[in-house]
Amino acid sequence: MHQTLHALRDAPVSAWIGIVIVTFYAILAILAPLLAPFPEAASIGAQYQPWEAPHYLGTDALGRDVLSRLIYGARNTVGIALVTTALAFLLGTSMGLLAAVIGGWFDALTARVVDVLMAIPPLIFALLILTITGTSVLSLVLVIAVLDSTRVYRLSRAVAQGIMTMDYIEVARMRGEGLSWLIRREVLPNASAPLIAEFGLRFCFVFLFISALSFLGLGLQPPTADWGGMVRESAKLIGFANFSTWQTATFGLAPLLPAGAIALLTIGVNLIVDWVLHMSSGLKE
Amino acid sequence: MRAILSIILKRLLVGCITLFVVTLIIFGAIEMLPGDIATELLGQAATEESLNAFREKYDLNRSLPARYLSWLGGAVTGDFGISLANQRPISELIGQRAANTFFLAGYAAAIAVPIAVVSGMLAALYNGSVFDRMLSSSTLAAISFPEFFVAYILILIFAVGLGWFPSLANVDPGMGLGERLYLTFLPAMTLTLIVLAYMMRMTRAAILNLLAMPYIEMAHLKGMKRWRVIAVHALPNALAPIINVIALNLAYLIVGVVLVEVVFVYPGLGQILVDAVSNRDVTVVQAACLIFAATYILLNLAADILSIIANPRLLHPR
Amino acid sequence: MADALLDITDIRIEGRSDRKWKPIIKGVDLVLNRGEILGLIGESGAGKSTLGLAAMGYTKGGCRISGGSIRFDGQELVGAGEKTLRKLRGKRIAYVAQSAAAAFNPAYKLIDQYCEGPVKHGVMSRPEAQRDAVELYRKIRLPDPDQIGFRYPHQVSGGQLQRAMTAMAMACRPDLIIFDEPTTALDVTTQIEVLAAIRDIVREYDTAAIYITHDLAVVAQMADRIKVLLRGEEVEDAPAREMLANPREDYTKSLWAVRDFRREPMPAPDIGATPLLQIDNVTAGYGAVNVLKDIDLSIAGGSTVAIVGESGSGKSTLARVVMGLLPPRKGSIRFDGTPLPPSSRDRTPDLQRHVQMIHQMADTALNPKQRIRDVIGRPLEFFLGLKGKARETRTRELLALIELDPDEFIDRLPNELSGGQKQRICIARALAAEPEFIICDEVTSALDQLVAEGILRLLDRLQREMRLTYMFITHDLATVRSIADTVVVMQHGVVVEQGSKDDIFSPPHADYTELLLSSVPEMDPDWLTDLLAERGVR
Repeated sequence: MHQTLHALRDAPVSAWIGIVIVTFYAILAILAPLLAPFPEAASIGAQYQPWEAPHYLGTDALGRDVLSRLIYGARNTVGIALVTTALAFLLGTSMGLLAAVIGGWFDALTARVVDVLMAIPPLIFALLILTITGTSVLSLVLVIAVLDSTRVYRLSRAVAQGIMTMDYIEVARMRGEGLSWLIRREVLPNASAPLIAEFGLRFCFVFLFISALSFLGLGLQPPTADWGGMVRESAKLIGFANFSTWQTATFGLAPLLPAGAIALLTIGVNLIVDWVLHMSSGLKE
Repeated sequence: MRAILSIILKRLLVGCITLFVVTLIIFGAIEMLPGDIATELLGQAATEESLNAFREKYDLNRSLPARYLSWLGGAVTGDFGISLANQRPISELIGQRAANTFFLAGYAAAIAVPIAVVSGMLAALYNGSVFDRMLSSSTLAAISFPEFFVAYILILIFAVGLGWFPSLANVDPGMGLGERLYLTFLPAMTLTLIVLAYMMRMTRAAILNLLAMPYIEMAHLKGMKRWRVIAVHALPNALAPIINVIALNLAYLIVGVVLVEVVFVYPGLGQILVDAVSNRDVTVVQAACLIFAATYILLNLAADILSIIANPRLLHPR
Repeated sequence: MADALLDITDIRIEGRSDRKWKPIIKGVDLVLNRGEILGLIGESGAGKSTLGLAAMGYTKGGCRISGGSIRFDGQELVGAGEKTLRKLRGKRIAYVAQSAAAAFNPAYKLIDQYCEGPVKHGVMSRPEAQRDAVELYRKIRLPDPDQIGFRYPHQVSGGQLQRAMTAMAMACRPDLIIFDEPTTALDVTTQIEVLAAIRDIVREYDTAAIYITHDLAVVAQMADRIKVLLRGEEVEDAPAREMLANPREDYTKSLWAVRDFRREPMPAPDIGATPLLQIDNVTAGYGAVNVLKDIDLSIAGGSTVAIVGESGSGKSTLARVVMGLLPPRKGSIRFDGTPLPPSSRDRTPDLQRHVQMIHQMADTALNPKQRIRDVIGRPLEFFLGLKGKARETRTRELLALIELDPDEFIDRLPNELSGGQKQRICIARALAAEPEFIICDEVTSALDQLVAEGILRLLDRLQREMRLTYMFITHDLATVRSIADTVVVMQHGVVVEQGSKDDIFSPPHADYTELLLSSVPEMDPDWLTDLLAERGVR
């Protein structure tokens, strides 16, 4: 705990920017019902209102308040991405660590399966599976978690294999320590830094991936507010933008707002990841 | 030479097996549809006759392996069967579109690869300079921005704001190359921006890694000129990693194209795939997935083999 | 000294770490005359390589020259332009790196890399350089000098590469060559050839040289004058023979003294007593290769057996077989008369407890995330069932036993310890299991000599107090002389000779033992000359 505080104090500006961004999104997501001025999915006015009170960011094609939908979007998109990443991580690290520690046939088998899964581009694979399962939230989460766990598997296996060559593992083995001790006490503490950084990267990937699917109309389904879907819904507006008055110019911003919300969060997470990676590589010196 | 040949053959074999397993997965996907595909698609109310006619048409009455073999045989010769949604031959639907997709990806690659490799090398050589730092921050943006964000920014500036390029890339087969290049400029730029930073960063890392080798230091200590150290001592050894970087990104381009096509309403393979997924037009999905996956696998395979050939240790075995 | 070839005064070099500049060389003077060979010695971290490279006006990435002057043949190198330096490097000052395998470009043939210097510096034409290369290859006694240049670096052995690199350094007939630990990575028998080749060629062309090494006996053969460095500062500088015969400074004396440690021999074991460890006819290996072939060995309780051999002799594999990490293909091992199951997985905890091992690299043998309390406490808990207070008390006893203050060390992480302290912790961890038999795998070879001696004395004391049996794996014959009761010489996976230390070290020897023993450099400056003369006669 003390070390964490110490590290925070020495964190560079970029990491702080990342922390502020992520905290901001977290607050939005958690307090969405309190912060949003209007409900998530109800029509509360005329369609395509310009940016003025009480609809500070206007309304969409169905007359829903864009600001409120953006705030709820934080909850939906980020929440699902987080659950998916956590699932992918659970699956990926446990298989990866087991493969590295047990080795032998288990390692060979899982590595082959992952090779095949990774031979197909993830977006294509996801589209193929979603054709069959349909686009429910559950199937979305499961499909992306399984596809993404392959990358987590590769990394955790590689990290753990590096650790397994260390003599202290040999010492533990010669002592006769069991599998659970090896993984929990010898491998995991030494693999934590790269795995934490990887969690951030995987989250970004999953988050972008879900947004992309929603943008294609294959992710979270309306009326759930979701940033990728909002980009899709407002995409046509961009053609009506003109720069004669600022209010007509905001039409051009309609798809950019949710897209920018996605971009900003990924930037924030990446800034933190860079810092974590930098610290963990610095400690090795 | 024998050793390197056997390594390459081994890699080729693995590639073929992977491709085979992938065709199995793609074909098998249709079998995993819950219930009977005919009832599923025609609805519960369908008569026995119409169901039978449907099964006949889509060849559902034969055994699984038999159907797989005839599907695979057809796919290899460019015949992907008939679309479930509109009953037309799939090859007719996707032929031109696949060509469009490869055209767009190739266009983007032709811009991105030279810029990325040259600037990545420069960044490595002037490690820590302003240029290098600019490059690292642009990478952050590239990793963080969704494809459609980049696309809409480009549209807003170059199509809506300045009016230089069209926001929709409506190409048709009769068009000349010049017009085609003009219409597809914004989508190609979007793809370029997305892969550029990645490619630069990876090239930079590969070169930096190399410059830390003792034999590079040795070349400096032999009093060789800076450019000579780079061109003669570093470059031949950098070939393998750079080839890898390029191929990886080309493979990525092929996939990234799906989203960009949707944004610009470009008549490519990606768009028809997305439509087919929403319509659950399984046979079209299969065909499109197979083309994407096969391209991806072949590009990766090519990268592996080229980098094996470019490795001096393997090229001149003991 | 106006006519000195190299005149370094008050040179200061800093290295960057943790965003701060820290001094590496803290104001050293160095004068080198034409044709003179200066030996630069010191332990790791003394800054000898940094100083050697500075003589070329070069610093590694992340380092800088912060003060002082380097004059080469009257020309100032500190602050000199890239072009000036480039014209000197390779042409008038050349460099021979520690790892020739890494310092040769894998993409080019040896002779192409040889010719690059002379051709680009405008000393010779390409055909001339090529002829010259063959000539030098011959002088430096490379096998097949006409053809060897047309091979790629990875097609040539380590010792040959190191000689080819010396030839390459000589290509422009420089005034000065920097040798940066050129034989450290080589086996002793290979080292001799490289040393002889370097010495002959440097003398023949009357080239000045700075010879960097941590091995006193090696420097004694090579240098006219020796400079001793310690943590970036000069300790002593004197003509070689004078310093060898009569070192002035305490630190220098302590370096010299290391080799004197001789442990009291153990009483000879009873004839007919069951040996503690009995290895019968063991064959083992990885994949298709048998690394060990028909090994027979027996170790008496309470004694120290040294297993000696060069890299590839199979000595570390033998340790893995005994530990049960690599089940043998054939043969059996008995411990105290009872058969040991081949795989450690099938051994009872009690058997595992009795046989412990200490690794060469204490760095990788300690989990960086475990505190010393847990490192030593875990085997106490695992094997002896000690918990809570009993465990803590015993951990502290063990720390005291290995001469580390329990209060100070028990809460530390491994990276808060020095190399020697880490190795002591590894010893304590092995002792925690209360073993009878300990395998020491090159336990001192990663350590500086003074620290290594401390470890050897500790191991000796523990053996006497606890009646331990050691199997001591090493490539260093000096270590064998100081601690062994019996010696086993291995080569290519076969036992060449075994017997009591006195038998092994006094003639007659097996051929390989003879070669190995005679190849270990001695402090006598005439040793190499005499040895070569003797071998030449045969």
